[in-house]
Amino acid sequence: MTLFLLSIMVFLGGQVLPGNVGRAILGPFADQRAVDALNHTLGVDRPLLAQYWGWISNFVQGDMGTSYIFRSPVAPFVIDALGNSMKLAAVAFVLVVPIGILGGVVAALNLNRPLDRIISLGGLSVTVLPEFVTGIILILIFGVWLRWLPISAAWPRDAGFFTQLYYLILPSLPLFLVLFGYIARMARSGMIEALDSDYTRTAVLKGLPWRTVIWRHVLRNALLPTITVIATQTGYLIGGLVVIETLFRYQGIGSLIFTAARGKDFPMLESGILTIGIVYAVATLVADFLYSVLNPRIRLGSDQ
Amino acid sequence: MTNSAKAENALEVTDLSVAYRVAGRNRAVLRNLSLTIGQGEAYGLVGESGCGKSTVALTVVRYLPRNGSITGGTISLDGQNVMKLDAEALRRARAESVSMVYQDPGKALNPSIRVGRQLTEIFELGGISGQAATDRAIAMLNRVRISDPMSVMQRYPHQLSGGMQQRVAIAMALANDPSMLILDEPTTGLDATVEAEVLNLIAQLRQELSASILFISHNLAVVSNMCDRVGVLYAGMLVEEGPTEVVFNDPRHPYTVALLRCLPRGGQRKDQGRLDTIPGFLPGIGADIKGCAFADRCALADDRCRSELPPLYDLGGRLSRCFHHDKAQALPRATPSDVAPVPRAAAAPVLRVTGLNKTYASHGHALRAVKDVSLDLRPGETLGLVGESGSGKTTFARLLLGLVPPDAGGTIELEGKALAPRLENRSDDQIKAMQIVFQNPDSALNRSHSIRHLIGRALKRLAGLSGKALEARLNDLVRSVRLTDRHLAVKPRQLSGGLKQRVAIARAFAGDPRIVVCDEPTSALDVSVQAAILNLLADLQSKEDVSYIFISHDLAVVRYLSDKIAVLYLGRIMELGPSEEVFSGPHHPYTEALLSAVPKLDQTETARIRLDGEIPSATNPPSGCVFHTRCPRKIGPICEQQEPPLSEAQPGHSIRCHIPYAELARLQRAAVTEPA
Repeated sequence: MTLFLLSIMVFLGGQVLPGNVGRAILGPFADQRAVDALNHTLGVDRPLLAQYWGWISNFVQGDMGTSYIFRSPVAPFVIDALGNSMKLAAVAFVLVVPIGILGGVVAALNLNRPLDRIISLGGLSVTVLPEFVTGIILILIFGVWLRWLPISAAWPRDAGFFTQLYYLILPSLPLFLVLFGYIARMARSGMIEALDSDYTRTAVLKGLPWRTVIWRHVLRNALLPTITVIATQTGYLIGGLVVIETLFRYQGIGSLIFTAARGKDFPMLESGILTIGIVYAVATLVADFLYSVLNPRIRLGSDQ
Repeated sequence: MTNSAKAENALEVTDLSVAYRVAGRNRAVLRNLSLTIGQGEAYGLVGESGCGKSTVALTVVRYLPRNGSITGGTISLDGQNVMKLDAEALRRARAESVSMVYQDPGKALNPSIRVGRQLTEIFELGGISGQAATDRAIAMLNRVRISDPMSVMQRYPHQLSGGMQQRVAIAMALANDPSMLILDEPTTGLDATVEAEVLNLIAQLRQELSASILFISHNLAVVSNMCDRVGVLYAGMLVEEGPTEVVFNDPRHPYTVALLRCLPRGGQRKDQGRLDTIPGFLPGIGADIKGCAFADRCALADDRCRSELPPLYDLGGRLSRCFHHDKAQALPRATPSDVAPVPRAAAAPVLRVTGLNKTYASHGHALRAVKDVSLDLRPGETLGLVGESGSGKTTFARLLLGLVPPDAGGTIELEGKALAPRLENRSDDQIKAMQIVFQNPDSALNRSHSIRHLIGRALKRLAGLSGKALEARLNDLVRSVRLTDRHLAVKPRQLSGGLKQRVAIARAFAGDPRIVVCDEPTSALDVSVQAAILNLLADLQSKEDVSYIFISHDLAVVRYLSDKIAVLYLGRIMELGPSEEVFSGPHHPYTEALLSAVPKLDQTETARIRLDGEIPSATNPPSGCVFHTRCPRKIGPICEQQEPPLSEAQPGHSIRCHIPYAELARLQRAAVTEPA
């Protein structure tokens, strides 16, 4: 349902963009008749409903249409770009999830002590900085000044796994900084709640060692809400990368959409956005699934 | 620590002071508290909320909240100084010698770990693992009378009922045979019958195990049934201590005297006099107390009481912290007991309910929450609704109020006119004629409005008043619920629970209602506040001739306020009649069991009738008489096959039972005379 609404919004958004498709492709000096002919070939002179129907019915069958600019099917571009974005997202994800959770847990265990203040305040400050600011600072430090890491994410052809990883570290760092604050804060508040709970008191008063109390009784209940946050942020990791991908000249889905929007390449634009919508939906679904697996109250319901 | 060298006392608390840090200042919660509990002794600690009962428990196990600190004194558990233990020794002490069970077992058990695992981990601490630990866990569950331990072990806490959860919590607490068991309000929030079961279990376990018990409760009757000695706590100080019967039957501190007078006892009724109350409030935590902490609320207090802290007088095996301990019982009443008897003319019923049914659909099954309920209520009368959770009390109230529509067929008549099933189809007059007071005034009052706004709005909406008339009526109403002008400007959170409940009552009375539904209106309140609210309800009733539908699990409270009682079980009326007849009997076997489950202050322990098992599911009620699966007086196959009719045994008193009235009378007389 959400995806359906999204598809309509994307489509209408594409239509609202100013400019004539044929004119944009052929340039300002082309003959009006040639522009009309091109528009007709592309089908953009048809009624809106027909255009939408043609596009969406093909999309659900796996045909994303043909790019106006490249005159070739959109699908390979989108799939390629999505693959690249996923690589970047995966690196950022693998970095930020464990470290973010760890940060939140450590902060909660040291509640109101200096370590907690540092993690909470630090996390919050880097989260509010937009990624193009942190991105540029990081490029300056690690790429220009220290020269430890390449400033472009575009790795050489035939680069192996580790080389690709090496190229992806710098672009994933701004993402890491943005997400770290969110995840650490959720993990921290979940932990505080769980630590204050009656069942934790029960576990402590059973005489269990502190470590067992934390690992067995606290963590699982504390991190349930964090999972939801992580999942929604996964969507962001893949879909919200326009800035980072542009900054690091990375061929991901964000930069693909950006280019398509500039070139009025509607099939490309629409397919790209809808693909991101699908990724979001899948991520949320996975989160709900995980949540219910980890939470017996949802999994088993109540007998009464 | 070896058990062979047991210290003389299981617990010795000496001069204990505890403070909570609030807004940068240490505020005293416990003040020089001393008490001892002998080996195998059960010691009760009573007092109103905020007097520091739970803090005592948490200090003994060294689990104070982050802002709490021990500012003086010592605690010794089995001869071991708890304050001096390092982390590891403290952990061992918790594992081996002290256990705690507290309120709300649903929260005390870990929601995402199976019950079995939560039990076996205790045995693993002692080096027993695998099958041996499982066997021990099963044995422990058997011990707390759980009949099917194997399947309970496999479940998660939320799949168990409250009573079962508390049994599991008790099993966990007793798993390592502790020398000290702390029970902090273990039955608060449980149904009366479940409470009776759990208390019964604790009493039985006491005989099987050697543990000493510290029993904390606000419920004096529960403590009087469970404990050998009792201490009364007030503002973090022990004000009276002694053997339970002695303290409750012959109290020597005005606070104890006043607390006991707040309770409706021995079948007291509203027309026999008001309940006494305690004026004023408990001093806030950290209050600077000169002299006796209770002096401000005590009618016996003189100048000495206000300036000098009374010592704990030793009165031969008992203690009292009062200069006037010898005349404590002469404490003048705070509330005059006289009530003007209201001559009640036989008026036409204000409410008549006939054949009311409510069926919910639950996972494809029909759930009959209310089945075939008919009754009527006269002006100025109170109908008490009694029954366990899930018996349909609240659903019935919601049907009356039009919050949920009943099944087709039944009728609700208000002053002779049929009421529309849904609230939105009722006229304004009908809506304001029927109002409700909820259990929790916190969630019933909008916290962002002032009291003046809350009551004023009710007057505008329900009574249609404005301007001068509204102002006048507002002042009237505020005075009639005994609030003062200074309460009007504040927001609900600045008021205590009792004052908030007064606001809720004022709101309900704004439109001159004919009927007010009171759904557990005093359950969240302390006894002294409860007494004041009950007095208020009784006064308003005699003044306004309003009728109440009063729902409460506290039978003494229901008895005090009600003229008529309906006993509900699985949505059916099992018994309906005048309050006195229903309570004194002969009554339905279910009523009998409910009454016998109530812990009484006056320790005339009769043979307690235990209800086995839990209330059956309403989606699949038992055949025949719905109560037959738990009925202690079941007579035979007829109970399983035929549902008995609700038949009139005496004029106005109906009972739904196959046993004839005379036979019930004989059986129940026999039970009373039978030795316990």
